[in-house]
Amino acid sequence: MISQINCVTISFLLFLIGMFGLFLNQKNILIMLMSLEIMFLSLSFNLVLSSVYLDDIAGQIFALLVLTITAAESSIGLAILVVYYRIRSTITVELMSLTKG
Amino acid sequence: MYLLIITLPLFGAVLTGFAGRWLGHYGAAILSTSCVVITFFISLSLFYEVGLAGMSCFITLFTWIDSGTFKITWSFLFDSLTTVMLVIITTVSSLVHIYSIKYMEKDPHLPRFMAYLEIFTFFMIILVTSNNLIQLFLGWEGVGLASYLLINFWYTRLSAGQSAIKALVVNRIGDFGLSLGILTLFYIFHSVEYSTIFMCVPLFTNYYLDVFNIKLHGLSLAGIFLFIGALGKSAQLGLHTWLPDAMEGPTPVSALIHAATMVTAGVFLMIRFSPLIEYSTFLLFLLTIFGSMTAFFAAVTGAFQNDLKKVIAYSTCSQLGYMTLACGLSNYHVSIFHLSNHAFFKALLFLSAGSVIHAVSDEQDMRKMGSLLKFLPLTYSLMLIGSLSLSGFPFLSGFYSKDFILELSQVASYSSLNMSYSLFACWLASSAVFFTAFYSFRLVYLTFLNSSNTPRVTVLNIHESSWLITLPLFILGLGSIFIGYLTKDIFIGFGSDFWGSAIFILPCNSYVLEAEWLPSFIKWIPFLFSFSGILVASLLNILAFYFQTDFWYNKLFLFWAFLANKKWYWDKIYNDIVVNFLLNFGYKVSFKNLDRGFVELLGPVGLSKLVQVLSFRVSSIQTGQLNHYIFFMVLGLSLFSFPFLLIWAFSFDLNFYALGIFCILFIFI
Repeated sequence: MISQINCVTISFLLFLIGMFGLFLNQKNILIMLMSLEIMFLSLSFNLVLSSVYLDDIAGQIFALLVLTITAAESSIGLAILVVYYRIRSTITVELMSLTKG
Repeated sequence: MYLLIITLPLFGAVLTGFAGRWLGHYGAAILSTSCVVITFFISLSLFYEVGLAGMSCFITLFTWIDSGTFKITWSFLFDSLTTVMLVIITTVSSLVHIYSIKYMEKDPHLPRFMAYLEIFTFFMIILVTSNNLIQLFLGWEGVGLASYLLINFWYTRLSAGQSAIKALVVNRIGDFGLSLGILTLFYIFHSVEYSTIFMCVPLFTNYYLDVFNIKLHGLSLAGIFLFIGALGKSAQLGLHTWLPDAMEGPTPVSALIHAATMVTAGVFLMIRFSPLIEYSTFLLFLLTIFGSMTAFFAAVTGAFQNDLKKVIAYSTCSQLGYMTLACGLSNYHVSIFHLSNHAFFKALLFLSAGSVIHAVSDEQDMRKMGSLLKFLPLTYSLMLIGSLSLSGFPFLSGFYSKDFILELSQVASYSSLNMSYSLFACWLASSAVFFTAFYSFRLVYLTFLNSSNTPRVTVLNIHESSWLITLPLFILGLGSIFIGYLTKDIFIGFGSDFWGSAIFILPCNSYVLEAEWLPSFIKWIPFLFSFSGILVASLLNILAFYFQTDFWYNKLFLFWAFLANKKWYWDKIYNDIVVNFLLNFGYKVSFKNLDRGFVELLGPVGLSKLVQVLSFRVSSIQTGQLNHYIFFMVLGLSLFSFPFLLIWAFSFDLNFYALGIFCILFIFI
């Protein structure tokens, strides 16, 4: 039981790290994408863990689906990044403030 | 016949007013004049029937307002007081009508003028014949309206418009008092009919109104409000400022409104309410003080005016003071006696002044006249009759009434009753006699007897007016001489039962008998005062040449003369303190601070600004920085998920949490 709780804690901490990495980082958009990946990974980890714990396959299927979606998402994100870089010749997050409320 | 007296002037007014265009110049004049003249003859027969034969008449037509206990019918009361007033009004009005046919001959708006005169007469008749306060109020307001229309007759003149507005507004202050009086009377008596009120008054002598735990004597309070009404309408001291300014209208208007009819409405109200006033000592005190002060103040002011009409206007004001004084001494029959005499000689003075003004090419300044005796002997003799009558020359009309008022005031001041104020009133009124005589003869000297100051062009055109102008003057002159003597025994003769129940005097307030037994030297006082007034005026004008260096440049004299000439700065004080203050208050406080300020701040302007600011704040959250967006997303997620955590942990109430979230959001914004 102890290990199960620890695993949840790990996945939660991983998720938090990803989240903090997402909005404490001011400079680099690549790091943001990576943090996003970490968040997805922690999510997948939690899903897998739950499926093992509950002895149910659905969690792992979900994890697989999440993996594919993650791959697609990061590829699209990177593609947007490339396009953006082509136009602005910079990928610094701070300078991405063209749209203000 | 009784109702014809009311309907005829209305008929004439409506027809001349609306159909004047088709009636033409003389058609309108003849129609309106004949209507009023017929009314005059009817009112004469009414005077015989109701007054002399003593058959008071009461006519009820139909219901006007019927709401709960408040029931008003169109009803007319013809008692001796009403008929006397009717005779006065219709006499002066018909003479003024005849006079204006010629006087206003060159005016393009004669039909309108005649319609206004007629509507004025109509409202005045409504006022005096009414049987309840509401109908009286109708006449009261209508008279004010008609005075506005008449003063503003030459509406292209700025000063005429201003004077008319002043007359209307100052009168409206009094009208407000009157309406408060009506409300108070209705509150006390639950009726506005004269008969009910006067019948119940003795039962209410100890009735106190409880206003914020302050006990107010009901009758006195109602009487004070009514007196405020009379104060405005008959130009007593305090609200008198409109009367001299109202001279902007044509002269026949001044004769009609400011001599005989409109200004007497206030005095009429006081006389009509004699059964009520008699039971309030304070009110009698108020009337006495105000009356005597008005008499004195206006007489002194009139003594140094240079405008022919303003002198007579102040004289009216002064004589109205005498009438109010007579009411205050609870001798209402003397008051109405003076009112009727005054109507004759004041109308005469005004109309002859109009004749003079007409003769000297519309010049009103007395300093630019002089030696008109040679040119206008008829006008001179009539004006002299008027002036002598006004200054109380023995055996003319003014003598009989004014002397009697002064004798009564002497009695009141010598009586052992608790009336110490009447000594003050008595001598104030007596010294006013001196000034009355002084200004009357100053007017006569400056206009007719002194050496001429008229330009040659004017002198060449001076001529006596036609018979249409001199006939009314002549009739009024006869009236000024004989009316006082002829009607003395009817009006104030001892034991005369002419008034019947129209005038009520408490026996303890009546000192008519004592007035007859005054020591003869006291009876001489008014005559001596007026004689010395005539003497001083004569000396000053005949010997003006010698006094020029010594007297006119005397600083003290000049100061007082200047002060009086400027009407004791009443207008200035009113303008600076009251009028400007109120205008500034109206503009700065109630308009700019309240209407355009506070209310708008709470209403449209403030709300739209608030929405703008809030929306700007909210939209400024969207900075464009990605990580800020992410922060808010996470924050929102946390806030959203927090309650589920709470519910899960403590089974918390969700609504309370939503409220909390909104509070936090609001503070954050």
